[in-house]
Amino acid sequence: MTPEITAKPQHTNLGLSDGDVLRMYGYMVLARVLDERMWQLQRAGKARFVVSAPGHEGAQVAMVWPLDRERDWFVPYYRSLAACLVKGMTPTEILLSVLAKATDPSSGGRQMPGHYSSPRLRILSGSSTVGTQYPHAVGIAYAAKVRRTGEVVVVSIGEGGTSEGDWHEALNFAGVHRVPCIFCVENNRYAISVPLHKQMAVDSVAVRAAGYGMPGVSVDGCDVLEAYRVMREACERARRGEGPTLVEFRVERLSPHSSEDQQERYRSPEDLEAARRRDPLVRFGGYLRSVGLLDDTRDQALWARARREVDEATEAAERAPDPDPATLLRHVYHDPEPDRPADPVYWIPRE
Amino acid sequence: MPELRYLDALNRAHHEEMARDERVVVLGEDVGAKGGVFGVTAGLLERFGEERVIDTPLAESAIVGCAIGMAINGLVPIAEIQFADFLHPAFDQIVSEAARMRYRSNGAFGCPLVIRVPYGGAHGTALYHSQCVEAFYAHVPGLKVVAPYTPYDAKGMLKAAVRDPDPVLFLEHKRLYRIVRGEVPEEDYEVPIGPAVVRRPGKHLSVFTYGWMLHETLRAAEMVQPEGIEVEVVEIRTLRPLDKLTILRSVAKTNKALVVYEDNRFCGYGAEIAALIAEEAFEELDGPVMRLGGPDVPAVPFARSLEEAWMPDADRIAQAIRRLARY
Repeated sequence: MTPEITAKPQHTNLGLSDGDVLRMYGYMVLARVLDERMWQLQRAGKARFVVSAPGHEGAQVAMVWPLDRERDWFVPYYRSLAACLVKGMTPTEILLSVLAKATDPSSGGRQMPGHYSSPRLRILSGSSTVGTQYPHAVGIAYAAKVRRTGEVVVVSIGEGGTSEGDWHEALNFAGVHRVPCIFCVENNRYAISVPLHKQMAVDSVAVRAAGYGMPGVSVDGCDVLEAYRVMREACERARRGEGPTLVEFRVERLSPHSSEDQQERYRSPEDLEAARRRDPLVRFGGYLRSVGLLDDTRDQALWARARREVDEATEAAERAPDPDPATLLRHVYHDPEPDRPADPVYWIPRE
Repeated sequence: MPELRYLDALNRAHHEEMARDERVVVLGEDVGAKGGVFGVTAGLLERFGEERVIDTPLAESAIVGCAIGMAINGLVPIAEIQFADFLHPAFDQIVSEAARMRYRSNGAFGCPLVIRVPYGGAHGTALYHSQCVEAFYAHVPGLKVVAPYTPYDAKGMLKAAVRDPDPVLFLEHKRLYRIVRGEVPEEDYEVPIGPAVVRRPGKHLSVFTYGWMLHETLRAAEMVQPEGIEVEVVEIRTLRPLDKLTILRSVAKTNKALVVYEDNRFCGYGAEIAALIAEEAFEELDGPVMRLGGPDVPAVPFARSLEEAWMPDADRIAQAIRRLARY
């Protein structure tokens, strides 16, 4: 048999153009640079807290890539930085929330960084209570089904979050009603410090899908193209009205949990080194080189462009105003504060 | 005007709102074929179908959490939780999610949903089918909490709740369902969330109450009338936002205030009313602001003798009225 000399690259077989995969890589680079900047701002005392996700970028770009950016919903969790960039948030918008500015589109400076939200982009506001977003995603998907909008919902969480009751209640509800929702789990094997084997008695979150009557897939989240293939199939399945899918992305957490964490206290040097060897940026960059789409010059140009973009975003965010203390009482209710006392002796604004 | 039972008035409101607005959906345990454990959702499944009348899995947090998602994406859900005692698993979804959605998104996302809950002690409902939960939720900014008493208000306030842009916890004292009857117009009307109402005018002292305790208080007011005590009874049918003006006006008129509530007395909802009066009407008072609440035990015991020993009733309220009237 003659070897096929014109074998198409893997991404072409998946229906992705050369431009697509370069853009995917570009988002991963941008997320990494932005992530590093968040930490710098925290260490410089300008950001009060950061939570980030280096190592998760490949899975997150793959997760959102099959979505219609305007029509479909994304229900994030606190590590969803790269996913929110792909959905349409800008580095400036992200840094406005890191610096808790008045014009932060996620919350106007009311929430900690990492609580991404944008009604314009159909990214739903979340809390810090892990797992609560899962039922929300199911409700959004149920509404999409009843209203026949064709929308698909993608929701994400870490593997620790799958121990929460809400996680299981949501999957059960979704399985019964076959809603167009894809349940993503970014399994980096640590819930802050608690390792996987103390979190669950199974090796893979995906096997839990059987209990809820839906397919469960475990995929290497550092393999961007394979992760994309799985997500595309899950989205197509949802759009065909065949119901939800549970997708586990096996990823690495290259940073501590947050700026309040030191992972060297509970992870061995060997473990951290092994994680770094699985960096999805290195791996996807290597793929792009192997198919002739990337070389040192282009790579350096991509990183330089991301750094410029993040520098400009930092400047814009730093220039933005802080929230006006007079807005503290706003947006408790739709109507302006129906129970605020006429004579506010109980809440006295500072002079 | 037809005279309806409280539960029938609620049922009418469901039918009318679902017919008026196709975005309205009902979800909960047994709300479909059974029509709800008390019959409030009877006939909805047959009329509006399974997509809009959803028998859910037995999971309260998911019922409220999914309702939040539905509200975010264009539906107007009415979630029924079978008993207030079973609302606790959904506490987080109500308090940290529904009530906070607007504030935490800086006004970008609203959360228009109604959570209906039967509450309060009745005949043999025991420790886990009789709790009063209003104090937990009235404490929460962003949430509206109502507890109508008359069938007229039940229908009108449920309609107002469905049309409200914010999450509303709709408390239905389960003794009211089949005992209380009243005139309910067939046409569409709303009873606004917010205003309290004077149910009985009087001049010697004011009693502030809601739910089944309104029933007992009105009886108590009748009992003390021959003794020359004219009691003004004010129904706090919306617990949050609170109609402070109606309360303060009544105190200014009678100069004495008693707050009656069925919940545990300690940190119960009545404490907020008492504090309001103490702070804002101090100079109007001719006696201490008094509270009559349920005893500080977890909830109503099952045995008849214990249940009777537990329940605040007209006799006890009349005693408290007499004591306050003597000042």
